[in-house]
Amino acid sequence: MEHYMMNLTLKVWRQKNANDKGGFESYPVKNISSEMSFLEMIDVLNEELIRDGKDPIAFDHDCREGICGACSMYINGRPHGPWEQNTTCQLHMRAYKDGDTITIEPWRANAFPVIKDLVVDRSAFDRIIQAGGYISVNTGNAVDANAMPVEKDKADAAFAAAACIGCGACVAACKNSSALLFVSAKVSHLALLPQGSPERKSRALNMVAQMDKEGFGACTNTGACEAVCPKGISITNIARLNAEFSLAALVSQ
Amino acid sequence: MLDSKIPAGPLEQKWVDYKGHVKLVNPANKRKLEVIVVGTGLAGASAAAALGELGYKVKAFCFQDSPRRAHSIAAQGGINAAKNYQNDGDSVFRLFYDTVKGGDYRAREANVHRLAEVSVNIIDQCVAQGVPFAREYGGLLNNRSFGGTQVKRTFYAAGQTGQQLLIGAYQAMERQVALGNVEMFSRHEMLDVVMVDGKARGIICRNLVNGELERHFGHAVLLCTGGYGNVFYLSTNAMGSNVTAAWKAHKKGAFFGNPCFTQIHPTCIPVSGDHQSKLTLMSESLRNDGRIWVPKKKDDTRKANDIPEEERDYYLERRYPAFGNLVPRDVASRAAKERCDAGYGVGTTKQAVYLDFKYNLINKYGKTEAGKLGIENPDTETLIRLGKEVVKEEYGNLFDMYEKITGENPYEVPMRIYPAVHYTMGGLWVDYELMTNVKGLYCLGEANFSDHGANRLGASALMQGLADGYFVIPYTIGNYLADEIATKPIPTTHEAFVQTEKAVADRINTLMNIKGKQTVESFHKRLGKIMWEKCGMARNAQGLQEAITEIQQLKKEFWSDVRIPGGIAEMNPELDKAGRVADFIELGELMCKDALNRNESCGGHFREESQTEEGEAKRDDVNFAYVAAWEYKGESNWELHKENLEFEVAKPTQRSYK
Repeated sequence: MEHYMMNLTLKVWRQKNANDKGGFESYPVKNISSEMSFLEMIDVLNEELIRDGKDPIAFDHDCREGICGACSMYINGRPHGPWEQNTTCQLHMRAYKDGDTITIEPWRANAFPVIKDLVVDRSAFDRIIQAGGYISVNTGNAVDANAMPVEKDKADAAFAAAACIGCGACVAACKNSSALLFVSAKVSHLALLPQGSPERKSRALNMVAQMDKEGFGACTNTGACEAVCPKGISITNIARLNAEFSLAALVSQ
Repeated sequence: MLDSKIPAGPLEQKWVDYKGHVKLVNPANKRKLEVIVVGTGLAGASAAAALGELGYKVKAFCFQDSPRRAHSIAAQGGINAAKNYQNDGDSVFRLFYDTVKGGDYRAREANVHRLAEVSVNIIDQCVAQGVPFAREYGGLLNNRSFGGTQVKRTFYAAGQTGQQLLIGAYQAMERQVALGNVEMFSRHEMLDVVMVDGKARGIICRNLVNGELERHFGHAVLLCTGGYGNVFYLSTNAMGSNVTAAWKAHKKGAFFGNPCFTQIHPTCIPVSGDHQSKLTLMSESLRNDGRIWVPKKKDDTRKANDIPEEERDYYLERRYPAFGNLVPRDVASRAAKERCDAGYGVGTTKQAVYLDFKYNLINKYGKTEAGKLGIENPDTETLIRLGKEVVKEEYGNLFDMYEKITGENPYEVPMRIYPAVHYTMGGLWVDYELMTNVKGLYCLGEANFSDHGANRLGASALMQGLADGYFVIPYTIGNYLADEIATKPIPTTHEAFVQTEKAVADRINTLMNIKGKQTVESFHKRLGKIMWEKCGMARNAQGLQEAITEIQQLKKEFWSDVRIPGGIAEMNPELDKAGRVADFIELGELMCKDALNRNESCGGHFREESQTEEGEAKRDDVNFAYVAAWEYKGESNWELHKENLEFEVAKPTQRSYK
């Protein structure tokens, strides 16, 4: 791969804490290698800021290999930046060219309040899982793993839904800040497996109720969530959730 | 004085007998007992869930914004279990034996056997939780093979087994949160253990959102805080992975076992430049289907695909015909280093070897698929196309990841790989019950030293984390807590809490007031460089002595010239990092000391002074068949305690994979 160097301008959202109003600040960054990851580019800027006696940019990140779901930057109007099925940490600077201006914001959603700069509070997702995103089986209760065969197609579909990393890009991309792709992925993962069957109805109802309580909006049916999902979670999961929910609501009445 | 508390009796009966006679706590009393779990990876989340299910009052802590993000999530390849679903001769004994041998006879037999026994329960439990393991068309579970074994016993979920297992444990834990049995504290970092009358009774932690220090009481404290590979700066660990919790416990009296035992994983994406912040693993499972080679000619500048078959050196297949590309990690890593050092490396930096899938793409998968479809005499192109589809299903996400990072398509050109720090076998010393030598302080998962000896086999870390959390600690903790039912919760206004919190606050103030010139990151990088060059893949006495002096010097510089921006009473990631790097510096010194003391080669620890004529690691069982457990005695001062290892069943032999 040909490698090149570039100078860029970053427009970054700075916000001291949850109560601060916040605003954009511009930073020039020089000698950025096309082989760097996007976050390594931010590292370079932060080292400079610290040396200049300024406050570095706070951002969530951890594994830097696209699986922990921590990183969460809204880059030039798109969660996780321009690449398809990608996380911010896996975005590399060869996506940009010399002279580019890049705007970086936090996830924007009422249910994800900003803590500082680009860091937001996504604990609403944990609470949605607490509402029913599990199979109630205590440790030690299990039968032999091969006692219950699962059709490969269904197992594969459950796996595809379970690939969600809980980053929240779907919420950030949605103009209603809906969390339906996240919720539907979990409901689908568990509903597709025979083990998850006994709790199907209560799970769908309770998780959706919690989602509403957290202040996430309604689905727009525009598919923005699917388009930006780093793990390619399909919008058909939302259709499945709707079916699960309708059935459960019907029976519960 | 080091009592490992290994139960008497024959190896295969020890755990059974232990469980049959261990003290129990009745359900009413469990509700009165509080347990602190630090870390929510596989070990921590499974322990918190299992203890919550039993009725204990659990408080769980993690520094990430959600417990689901713990670094277990990044494990790719799989989890071992002695299910023998493949009918290929596997058994509990074989898993035990492979693990002890793979660990180069530096692990404790009784612990490893227990691990192999409960491995089968883990798979059952995970499937019941809805973990979507790979399946065959018949609906039953699929397996793949991993390095250091000759059976297929690895269960997997494409290239994201860790994510699926962790989500299972996380969901089980969140269920307990909903039921009120577990209280979860995210964005909290443990900064010290509180000791009352010689027992661990709580922790001091910092709320990473507002910077406040908090006191939390527990009848027992479980550290499930992972490994310390980030002491090398560059590793496959997450950016936040750190040794701080374990190190604080060490300074409060817990012995550190075999700190120099680090695993350098053979297949990682090579370093591209000075900006590099972390390294990315390419799962060992790829060695099932990828063949490792370098050009036969030195400094060959041709592109990989232009080098003809007869000019390629498949050095693992050449040196180790019995195991070939599936030799254990330590062996594969050293072999790669040997070729690169000798001038046969590839890529711009020459610090890389090829991992090539073309052969198996065509011959293994392509031909099988063509056979299934009834295509007679398929041409190479068809075979490649068919093979690609299978490889995509098995490893698609890994190939995508490789392409995102390097910009090269591994379906078309071989991957370039090089060894990188991946896992630490060393950790806090624990007895059979997973208790450190500090009463009431337990250590689970990668953070302890116990099961992998001097080298961990692939797909065994996930197994150990979940074994400790789901199936070991729920039994062994009762043996301690049964005697604690009369202990009332100690109010956090107790002098011990006050004093410990004050010490933590003082240290933070000291750090913030240095107001020097150099960034935390720059110190971390310098530490990493010393460790990688002198305590990395090959070590010798002179280098280690130099490293110790350099690290002591670095420590002085750190404490007089580090610059930490921002304030204390706010979110301040640089301050978090400074505390961690300060601990890594101290740990680095102990690792070098341990490596210097262990004048033998074993597993991942390669002392240049101790090798065979063919350059293989040479163990010294007469002098070093022990666990080195280090006691902290003050600055740069440790006392060595030895736990002699006895091998009654798996008799040590020179490890051979030839």
